[in-house]
Amino acid sequence: MKRRDFITNTAAASTLVGLGGFSLNACSGLGTKKLTILHTNDVHSHIDPFPSSHSQYPNLGGIARRATLVEQIRNENPNTLLFDAGDIFQGTPYFNFYGGELEFKLMSKLNYDASTIGNHDFDNGIDGLLAQMPHATFEMISANYDFSNTVMDGMVKPFKTYLVDGIKIGVYGLGIALDGLVTKRLYKETEYLNPFEIALDMERQLKEEEQCDLIVCLSHLGYDYENPQRPSDTQLAQLTYHTNLIIGGHTHTFLEKPDVRINKNGDSVLVNQVGCYGLNLGRIDFYFDADKNASANGVSISV
Amino acid sequence: MLNKDTHVIGLKFKQFVVFTTLCFLFSCKQETGTLSKIDGKQIPIDASLEEVDSILSFVAPYRNRIDAVLDSTLAYAPKPFLLDDGDRNTSMGNLMADILLEEAAPIFKARTGNELDFAVLNHGGVRSIISAGNVTARNAYEVMPFENYISIVEMSGSAVRELIGFLISASRVHPIAGMQIVLDKNGSLESVNIQGEPFDENRTYFVATSNYLVQGGPSIGFFKDTISTTHIDYLLRNAIIDHFKKADTLEATVDDRFIQLK
Repeated sequence: MKRRDFITNTAAASTLVGLGGFSLNACSGLGTKKLTILHTNDVHSHIDPFPSSHSQYPNLGGIARRATLVEQIRNENPNTLLFDAGDIFQGTPYFNFYGGELEFKLMSKLNYDASTIGNHDFDNGIDGLLAQMPHATFEMISANYDFSNTVMDGMVKPFKTYLVDGIKIGVYGLGIALDGLVTKRLYKETEYLNPFEIALDMERQLKEEEQCDLIVCLSHLGYDYENPQRPSDTQLAQLTYHTNLIIGGHTHTFLEKPDVRINKNGDSVLVNQVGCYGLNLGRIDFYFDADKNASANGVSISV
Repeated sequence: MLNKDTHVIGLKFKQFVVFTTLCFLFSCKQETGTLSKIDGKQIPIDASLEEVDSILSFVAPYRNRIDAVLDSTLAYAPKPFLLDDGDRNTSMGNLMADILLEEAAPIFKARTGNELDFAVLNHGGVRSIISAGNVTARNAYEVMPFENYISIVEMSGSAVRELIGFLISASRVHPIAGMQIVLDKNGSLESVNIQGEPFDENRTYFVATSNYLVQGGPSIGFFKDTISTTHIDYLLRNAIIDHFKKADTLEATVDDRFIQLK
């Protein structure tokens, strides 16, 4: 059985390489546009690289290196967006000492476009989060936390759209259930709404009203759970119609490659997550033809 | 390991055929095409990448301040404080539980007029030992990296009896202070003293602990049944640091606060 799988996979991969290469060559004259989406998640205040003596991640990570990489990619393709999927805070003394100020200032220096909110971003309370908002030039996006009765009211958008080289990208955010993860004393009157219902509403709005070409979800729900009752990115991918990419967080999942799921329309959805602590940068390149309509059915593969 | 040029090789063969075919048709045969291609990869952040100088110099003063605070000597450890040097109590556990009781009592008294009776922590909540030598705030961050606050729980006598039963049956040594538990040679309860007085099941007790153990609820096993909880807005780590600042030399040994008679 194993052997058959291997042969099948190999055959599939080589077929793809062949066709992918062909279609790319064939299409290169059609005025292809390229959008690059970069992403991090669960950086948890890791600003410096891990020390060389670290048993798990020796000399890995570090925001000054990430800055170089982001700059290189932006120079290569100015049509680049940079996102984070939450849990910016908590994990090193930088957070204990400065409450997230440095994290937000550095993300702003790297020109992050947006982030969603993770459970640990409430660790200094909703007031602690508000206190750092002036240091963020990027957008905070969350559609299923209702902040109406909190000090964060008006500071967070459910979605944001970006127009990059004529391509309209809609980005919405989803957060995890706070009860049981975060003390009520910290999140106060923040209301958690059903992420699936909100996602369907958001993507419909972004597709139909905003006429977006590409829809991205920044999710802090977590990649996948054994308990099917717990909302996850893999479930979200299969329950939605128009979302093209889910950038995940929370579970610190190191995916060797973006996961591909099939949505309600039978189209492919990419689910990606890049571990934690700023050890990796995720990069997804979307190539659009002249008519700029997005459908993940058109994925071709290059190795 | 991490530098996977990732692509969607996880897909089923049929799906591949479908989408490559679609790609072929849409991007090459039809002008009204679709998204033609997606590449995904994960790029490791490692030493092969230069560091941006302006970022390094921006971070430097923040880091220097942290290092200055964390690495300045606050106290002295004449010997290592360990988590495995006793059967039913350990020097490191005792140090932490003593600090909790000592630092929380005056604040609780000032806020409520009540006296603290004893303190309980969980073994897993003490994340590090303290080595012999100079003691700094960095030690406090290693011992208590979490933002856990001190909570004071009011418990009935019978709930305290249940808590004692839990401590006796636990496979790990949970730190206690202000209380003495003596087991007979068979491991059955011989006596319990709280603040030097025999345990009285007909009164209530005030117990200092970590908010983590209170919010964890019955599933964690410590506080199944409580009358009330008082938050004193005091981080456990700050109590530890405050104690380091006050104490010239740290003191705690394996003692007779929780023992089994031979």
